[in-house]
Amino acid sequence: MLKSQSLEVEHIREDFPILKRKVHGKKLVYLDNAATTQKPRSVVKAISDYYNKHNANPHRGVHELSIEATEAFDESRRRVGKFIGAGAFEEVIFTRGATESLNLVRFGWGVPHVEQDDLIVLTIMEHHSNIVPWQLLAAEKGARIEFVGITADGKLDEGQFEELMRESPALVAFTHCSNVLGTINEVTKLCSIAKKSGATTVIDGAQSVPHMAVDVQKMDCDFLAFSGHKMLGPMGIGILYGKKEKLQEMQPFQSGGDMIKEVHTSGAKWNDLPYKFEAGTQNVEGAVGLSAAVDYLDSLGMDRVRQHEEDLVAYAMERMGAVPGITIYGPTEASERGGVVSFNLGDVHPHDMASILDEEGVAVRSGHHCAQPLIEYLGISAATRASFYVYNTREEVDALMDGLAKARRIFCI
Amino acid sequence: MSSSDIYRELILDYYRNPRNFGKLDPHDIDAKDSNPLCGDEVEIQIKVSADNKIEDIRFFGKGCAISQASASMLTELAKGKPLEWTKELSKNDILKMLGTSDLGPARIKCALLSMKVLKTGVYGYLGTTPPESADH
Repeated sequence: MLKSQSLEVEHIREDFPILKRKVHGKKLVYLDNAATTQKPRSVVKAISDYYNKHNANPHRGVHELSIEATEAFDESRRRVGKFIGAGAFEEVIFTRGATESLNLVRFGWGVPHVEQDDLIVLTIMEHHSNIVPWQLLAAEKGARIEFVGITADGKLDEGQFEELMRESPALVAFTHCSNVLGTINEVTKLCSIAKKSGATTVIDGAQSVPHMAVDVQKMDCDFLAFSGHKMLGPMGIGILYGKKEKLQEMQPFQSGGDMIKEVHTSGAKWNDLPYKFEAGTQNVEGAVGLSAAVDYLDSLGMDRVRQHEEDLVAYAMERMGAVPGITIYGPTEASERGGVVSFNLGDVHPHDMASILDEEGVAVRSGHHCAQPLIEYLGISAATRASFYVYNTREEVDALMDGLAKARRIFCI
Repeated sequence: MSSSDIYRELILDYYRNPRNFGKLDPHDIDAKDSNPLCGDEVEIQIKVSADNKIEDIRFFGKGCAISQASASMLTELAKGKPLEWTKELSKNDILKMLGTSDLGPARIKCALLSMKVLKTGVYGYLGTTPPESADH
């Protein structure tokens, strides 16, 4: 018997007005949460409250509204920092999203520290956002990149990882949770091995921070990147967590207003952390919205969020696994994977599958999921992905199953 | 018309048993393109006759049923036609060929990829620039 759902989902669903809408005359079944999540009323309200009551340019004025905007921005930073267990306020940098966070590490840390013939280690299960910045860095510096492969059941080849660590890489960048396979990597263990080899560690937390309790101090990573919009927050806001000593040895990323302490015709002096990496007027509405999202997730409890997704994935894999002609990618145990289930069914191309499911109101992602090296590694051209979050139910998995049955009828499988 | 109505027997037959599939050697025209959203790929090779007609045509590619069936059906439609014929080819011709009136913005690109490739190849061969719009 599968465990009962650990969240009060019907109650949670009331907080998300969009879940009431219909698509093609059918009830919306939103299973594209690894791409972006829906937003609860409290997040939308936090943003509108900010604009209706407090809006001004932070860090610039002495007037009341500017002080309030500054306080809202700083409080959001404290709030998000606490959520991931950051040791200090200075270690939490606001960015546009995980992609910008990773690019910040590339320019801020990578450019001054990575040298010719240095080794950069990535894994084959990375999202493009954790590959392309390093490819460009490697090309610029004459460094080389090695990809750690995966085992037959979609787990990281830890033996190969350890072997590569013996070559003393300058930088190791890997995902906490694969957006295609769902594989949860043992970040704490891997960071510890990487650290012994002297490597700087960069973790892509875009698919883990929204779905499970994450503690950067326990993980002992140097950097962690994630996006607000994948965790109930607004688009256009994200976080780079960096260890203080790493951030201190970095050069600025973007430059301009707010990231400086003094500017003279002869040059400029950089602002203190974290502002050194936040040039220009910041996305205060995004920060405030992300803070409200974190409040919402904390009110549910991240352990319960994780349990709920594990239950849904176990149920989905049990039901989907019984479908003739289906291939499900990634680890077989729900306890070893995040809230995504990627699959192929017979010779139904994922885009055709997504169209057929869309017709039933079921929103899934199809394609290469911005992980082309992995898709090629798996020997496929695309996959369909259902991804779950706090408001999804077993009934919605059943709706997905009805959609799969329809696809099988149409394609005579 | 619902979008899944496109998956009729005819489309699935062309998807699973594509006509004119493969490479053509020698060829006079070779063009390929992909749809970055879907990853659909279509390559078209053409042998041009002395009087500027499509003497033979093959396509090669991978992707969804709509993109691959559309490419296969288009090669059948194009075979024997004057190169100039491809200039007149429009979105509506492709929809008619597929037996549908509309596909919606997400999937229309799959259907039109092969037309785009055909036009790119022919316009390149004739030394002219293809029109910007995907509709024509």
